[in-house]
Amino acid sequence: MTTAELVTGHPLESPENARYALLTMSRIRKLEEAVEDLFGRGMMHGTMHLSIGQEASPTGVCMALNISDQITSTHRGHGHCVAKGADLTRMVAELLGKENGYCGGRGGSMHIADVETGNLGANGIVGGGIPIAVGAALASQLMNKGTVVVSFFGDGAMNEGAFHEAANLAAIWKLPVIFVCENNKYGMSSSTELAFAIDNLSERGLGYGIPGFTFDGNDVAAVYEATETAVKRARAGEGPTILEFVTYRWKGHSRSDKNLYRTKEEIDEWKKKDPILFFEHVVRDKGLLNDEEIAEIHALATSQVIAAVNEAMKGKPADPANLLDAVFKKVNS
Amino acid sequence: MSDRMLTMSEALREAMSIALEERPEVFILGEDIGIYGGAFGVTGDLYHRFGKERIRDTPISELGIVGAAVGATLSGMRPIVEIQFSDFTAQAMDQIVNQAAKIHFMVGGGLHVPLVLRAAGGSGTGAAAQHSQSLEGWFANVPGLKVVIPSSPYEAKGLLLSSIDDPNPVIFIEHKLLYKIPGREPVPEGAYRIPLGVSRVLREGKDLTVVATGIMVSRVLSAADELDKDGVTLTVIDPRTISPLDMDPVYASLEKTGRLMVVQEAPEHGGFLNEVIAKVATGPALGHLIAPVARLAGMNIPIPYAPQLEKAAVPQIPDIVKAAREVVANWR
Repeated sequence: MTTAELVTGHPLESPENARYALLTMSRIRKLEEAVEDLFGRGMMHGTMHLSIGQEASPTGVCMALNISDQITSTHRGHGHCVAKGADLTRMVAELLGKENGYCGGRGGSMHIADVETGNLGANGIVGGGIPIAVGAALASQLMNKGTVVVSFFGDGAMNEGAFHEAANLAAIWKLPVIFVCENNKYGMSSSTELAFAIDNLSERGLGYGIPGFTFDGNDVAAVYEATETAVKRARAGEGPTILEFVTYRWKGHSRSDKNLYRTKEEIDEWKKKDPILFFEHVVRDKGLLNDEEIAEIHALATSQVIAAVNEAMKGKPADPANLLDAVFKKVNS
Repeated sequence: MSDRMLTMSEALREAMSIALEERPEVFILGEDIGIYGGAFGVTGDLYHRFGKERIRDTPISELGIVGAAVGATLSGMRPIVEIQFSDFTAQAMDQIVNQAAKIHFMVGGGLHVPLVLRAAGGSGTGAAAQHSQSLEGWFANVPGLKVVIPSSPYEAKGLLLSSIDDPNPVIFIEHKLLYKIPGREPVPEGAYRIPLGVSRVLREGKDLTVVATGIMVSRVLSAADELDKDGVTLTVIDPRTISPLDMDPVYASLEKTGRLMVVQEAPEHGGFLNEVIAKVATGPALGHLIAPVARLAGMNIPIPYAPQLEKAAVPQIPDIVKAAREVVANWR
């Protein structure tokens, strides 16, 4: 079993919720470690963008959403996929270019979408998913669906025109959309200090009449609480919210990154703020999970990822014969 | 049989009105399409008939508008986007090219984008270089987009209804000089659909096959009337959609005429009709050619402002007459 039933609710509300939050973060981390390993061994081609160190944000956000709520994701989107409930086997199969991957091998890491779990897709274009999220929220409003849409994006996307145009449309139409900026401090090599003249990126909301808040993005409970408040506001028809979750990308931007733009000390400093270790301390303190249970949860995540990789390896390689038929959806189908 | 002669604006409005009545998931969004009625008056009174939710005025925000439309399609809607001038699609290119065109393919078929993007193209109104381009070739070079160029009110109505039905993104380019003039043939009342990807043979002659799109179709038809007097007769073919492109009538016609001329308003270099020539050069009808292919296109310049400059920049009826006469006279 490489999918998970979505659990909603506060990560610290019950041992079950704590277990789910930890399992989700662990699954994301172990999946990405496995992906990095497969790349290292030459078993995957293309590129990859790892979100190791950022697991609290997708986990906390998606625990505040229902399965019918939607997300748009980014090039660094494995965590969003997993947290929204994607099947790990189909994810790995896609990365391996297999027919049974999410995209049949046509999209790869940057284009995984999962309609059943409301994931409208990762995106290879920085900021590309933000107007799309706004449009999905417009559809929700027009059809009175009562659903909300979360647009995940990074700090870099906040300087794209797409963010500004989309934010304005969401504000004037009071759309049920939440703009989640995962500020991991770098747009490839450009630090937020170089790319912004403001301290908190959530201040950008001021110019659009959108409330904006900045939180510790490595605290899954804080992420959940912030998102839950924004979800309530969106469902009540009060419009969009901007949430900035400050976090840090442990790995390079992609596999070509030599980390020339930051120091080892900085990376090590942030590793001390590991969202998974932090959550473990909290749940131990609160008596929600003990050491043995925590170890079991990580072991379960590891076994699920190993099973997914093994299963995905068995898939048929994607077949070039069908490519031309895949460009357009057939009329009347 | 109806004998109503409509303008293209009226025909397009009828098509949208039918679609809005047929399908609750259809809505229109764009700049000044509400009370104003559209920059070229195409949406007209739709705002008063269908309300501000479905005839949705937007800020000047082309990237946001197209992106919102793409997102809405992923949640079951069928938006029609109006971009006032096709030149402004440049502002929205990421959403058109990187998102709308590719989503169905790159996510493995689980999502699709039933979006129609209507945009006014072409020169002739003195609007100069940033409001007069013919950009269809850009879109035709992007797999995943369908590209429709109506040449008359009758075509516009039937093609727009098919475009709205289509589950894929359709770029629908309307020549602004055609908006206000009545067509040559009646527009039936009610719904009718012209399938995408079927060329139309508008008249048959024995001397020269002419393939033309958009406003050039009516100019070629006028040129054909004039050439008739000299006993030179043209077969005129309007592909109607350049993606997908139906070449069969062109091949069939070349068997009879042996001569080909292509006419487009877009600049010659890299223009779409070069694809028609390439297909003939590599296809089944090459052996029937008895003359070099004649190519009549816009000059390789931005569209200029002054009326005489603007006219000189793109093929006019006398240019077509002259070029057709030459190819027929020189290659017997």
